[in-house]
Amino acid sequence: MKVPQEEKNLPEHSNGISRRSFLKGFGVTSAGVAVTPVSELLTQLGETATKAEGKLLGPDAANITLTVNGKKMTALAAPRMTLVDVLRDQLHLTGTKVGCDRGACGACTVILNGKSVPSCMTLAVDAIGKNIETVEGLGDYDGKLHEIQESFIEHDGLQCGFCTSGMLMSCKNLLDNNPNPSLDEIKIATSGNLCRCGTYPKVFEAVMAMNK
Amino acid sequence: MPKQVQLKVGVEKNLREITAEIPDNTPRPWDGSDELKYIGGYLKRIDGREKTTGRAKFTFDIQLPGMLYARFLRSPYPAAIVRKIDISKAQNAPGVKAILMVQKKLPLVVRFAGQEILAVAAETSYQAEAALKLVEVDYNIQPFVLDTTEAKKSSAPLVFNTDVEEQTTEGDITEEGTKVTQQGNIRGPKISPEDATPDEVDAALAASDAVVESSYRTQVQTHCAMETHGVVVRWDDREHLTVWASTQGTFTVRDELASVLEIPKTNVRVLTKYMGGGFGAKFGAGIYGVMAAKLAQKAHAPVQLMLDRKEEHLCVGNRPDSVQKLKIGANNAGKIKGIKLISYGTAGVGTGAGTAGPAKNIYETETFYSEESDIFTNAGPGAAFRAPGHPQGAFALEQTIDELAYKLNIDPIEFRKMNTANNEIRQVQYEIAFKKARWEKRNPKPATDKGPIKRGMGVANSVWYYFYRAGTQVEIQVNSDGSVEVKNGVQDIGGGIITIMAMVTAEELGLQPSQIKINIGDTNFGLGPASGGSQTTAGVTPAVRNAAYLAKQKMFGIAAELLQSEPSELSAADGKIFVTNDTEKSLTWQQIASKIPGEKFSVIGERLNDHIETKPRTIAGVQVADVAVDIETGVVKVERVVAVHDCGRPMNRLTLESQINGGIIQGISYALFENRILDRNTGIMVNSNLDQYKIAGSLDVPEIESVIIDVNHGQSSTGAIGIGEPATVPTAGAIANAIYHAIGVRIRELPMTPDKILAALESRGGTS
Repeated sequence: MKVPQEEKNLPEHSNGISRRSFLKGFGVTSAGVAVTPVSELLTQLGETATKAEGKLLGPDAANITLTVNGKKMTALAAPRMTLVDVLRDQLHLTGTKVGCDRGACGACTVILNGKSVPSCMTLAVDAIGKNIETVEGLGDYDGKLHEIQESFIEHDGLQCGFCTSGMLMSCKNLLDNNPNPSLDEIKIATSGNLCRCGTYPKVFEAVMAMNK
Repeated sequence: MPKQVQLKVGVEKNLREITAEIPDNTPRPWDGSDELKYIGGYLKRIDGREKTTGRAKFTFDIQLPGMLYARFLRSPYPAAIVRKIDISKAQNAPGVKAILMVQKKLPLVVRFAGQEILAVAAETSYQAEAALKLVEVDYNIQPFVLDTTEAKKSSAPLVFNTDVEEQTTEGDITEEGTKVTQQGNIRGPKISPEDATPDEVDAALAASDAVVESSYRTQVQTHCAMETHGVVVRWDDREHLTVWASTQGTFTVRDELASVLEIPKTNVRVLTKYMGGGFGAKFGAGIYGVMAAKLAQKAHAPVQLMLDRKEEHLCVGNRPDSVQKLKIGANNAGKIKGIKLISYGTAGVGTGAGTAGPAKNIYETETFYSEESDIFTNAGPGAAFRAPGHPQGAFALEQTIDELAYKLNIDPIEFRKMNTANNEIRQVQYEIAFKKARWEKRNPKPATDKGPIKRGMGVANSVWYYFYRAGTQVEIQVNSDGSVEVKNGVQDIGGGIITIMAMVTAEELGLQPSQIKINIGDTNFGLGPASGGSQTTAGVTPAVRNAAYLAKQKMFGIAAELLQSEPSELSAADGKIFVTNDTEKSLTWQQIASKIPGEKFSVIGERLNDHIETKPRTIAGVQVADVAVDIETGVVKVERVVAVHDCGRPMNRLTLESQINGGIIQGISYALFENRILDRNTGIMVNSNLDQYKIAGSLDVPEIESVIIDVNHGQSSTGAIGIGEPATVPTAGAIANAIYHAIGVRIRELPMTPDKILAALESRGGTS
């Protein structure tokens, strides 16, 4: 992906769009069709996925292709739909939850191109062409679970279970980047996942237990 | 014919023998002499796999063909009269299948911002939202009152102009026969008939050598379960419906819907296999459950009605606030002579703001008097919230107790020991807490640390009560392949009852927990308790064990023939049934099961009334908190909590630890962060989300060391008692006492946010 010279020094956001280019993108369009600025924006940043789609998206729902847990899946999505809504309602992957719908609680955490993101604050169309990892892809329910899932069960890192999917994805993402995290690093990695039941101490234990 | 049994009962290893009479056909209660294989150990949750793989389906995840999505229209005003509603445009909006008013006949009185006006069911939630925007409502705006103390004035706007009846759920403690009057917005005071008179307690206080009188304020707290309230309702025919509900009481949902819809209870099937937390707010069908059922009826389609996070904060419950004036007097030796508590609080348009539980039930005192009043305000209704009234009460009580101890120059733990001398459980708990917290290293003088970070250690007592309901019916089915299935309508709200049921069954039948299939959360199964009052484990496990005992007897009947023995001569263990005195004569469980006539059998075990009245009826508990206060920023960090608790005979220590962690973390959150804030000009909650309404996150979690002591009463076949609520009662009080110990000033208002710490330090004479 070619990044314009001026953007190279700006902090990167999780979807590769910097504030300057975002505003720039909106600046050149009218307030007409809702999704046009997005597709222009994606074009500006050289995203190949939308070009490969070969069409403009929106405002009505259209078929989009998402790569979820390594599989290509087709979903009917309007541009305003969030990734979590499409995952749950269209693809019937209900493991990812909605707790607050505004990025504050972490229940909707998925991994997008290697970064953990709140899928309630990610538009489904922004996930086109990216690797989406959800809790369903961690392990095989009928077979072998991921080590982190086994550890959660072993150490009771779950109670009611509603925050568990998001918590697992945050922990998995941490371990992917840092196989031997300290307690502080674990706390920071899960600081975006709220749990009202209070599983935190045992979530920490579960991740610490995986230290090699 | 009841039978007599000898039981060894007591606290930890301090056991004495008693005789008890138990009903025939029930097993000898587990007591202090029993060494059990699974019970009391650590067992991984059997629903762990489902929950960690995303397979567990919560109510929010139920997707039915043709399902409609329903949303409420809510009043943006805290007080109004609605005389006209025009739904003509909304009715014709795209995708709309049904619109129903919450109240058929107008005028509708609105009493809080967020109150339901009507509900729309449409093909998508977007369409439902769009339709709501087309509804035209004529709000005749009325004066409103939000502040608890302001609302007491006779000049305050009246929230209700008729008398309000107290509505309680399974989460509340109800006292029979206390008559309460209502004047203006004040409902109360509620006074206990067994209390001393005000004159008697005033006299005792006047005669005390040392008296402390202090006032405290606590805030409104919302439950914040991660899964919001909601249901999916499907009419299976004109008279039968299936309801998936995020609930703490499957049968409470069933009963309320049956009553409102005027159909037999057996026509309503409620399913709750998994639910995302309740903490007291999820009993009954709620307005959302009733409306969803009616919308589904009208639209001839299943309806999902899940609240969003904002609605969750506004209208489905909260912990009332409190204003408490507490006076305690003691003699120079430290014995408490009198406790007097005058308290009031607002549960908005609801009731339940009482706080006298701790003051009344922890310390031995010569005289006790309390007044509790509900003050109506134009805000969302309160609901039972994990130990209703108790964290508030303990915050005030435990600080006042500490104040008195300091005044008399008596160590805070010593003072508590002295005034709970007759409670053996507490005496044992203080010893353990003292050691684990390293209390002997604690400087008796407060505020002795140098530098900007000041550390302190504080203690607080917990109290809760042993509740249970008889009537739970558990069915156990044994199949010819040896598989065992346990069925009951109870729900698992996260406490791990499923795993405990498997442990109890396995223990009794001599099998492994993994061999037991547990089927719960379906009101087509036998009656189960609502998960309130910390009574799930105490209510369900005896019924499970009683059923398992009956199943075992039946298997013994079959085995006896095969082993040429008598059923009374047999035992079950390690997957086998064998002659007790001749273990070589044995068969496997599967071998015997294969001979079941009719290929399977079912038995039903009941939860009967306890055969022993447990004394005391209180659950104890004590917590010690270590805090670090930054006197330059006012930020408080809880560094460590030592928690010593009792819960009768512990079932699964792994899930018990989780419950205690959860209670402590909620207590920290309540003590330091949470606050429902209403805009004083508009009556609207300004932080109805999870970014501005702050609950404890991973960075707020201290080191927690918990100890669970064994108490064997032998009162039921399992001896289990509860833990969920006792674990959260003392935490805020312990933290407050630790803060005082750290900085030498008392924070008497919750939440104990940095601004309050700094203001208190400033008023004391600067930060140093």
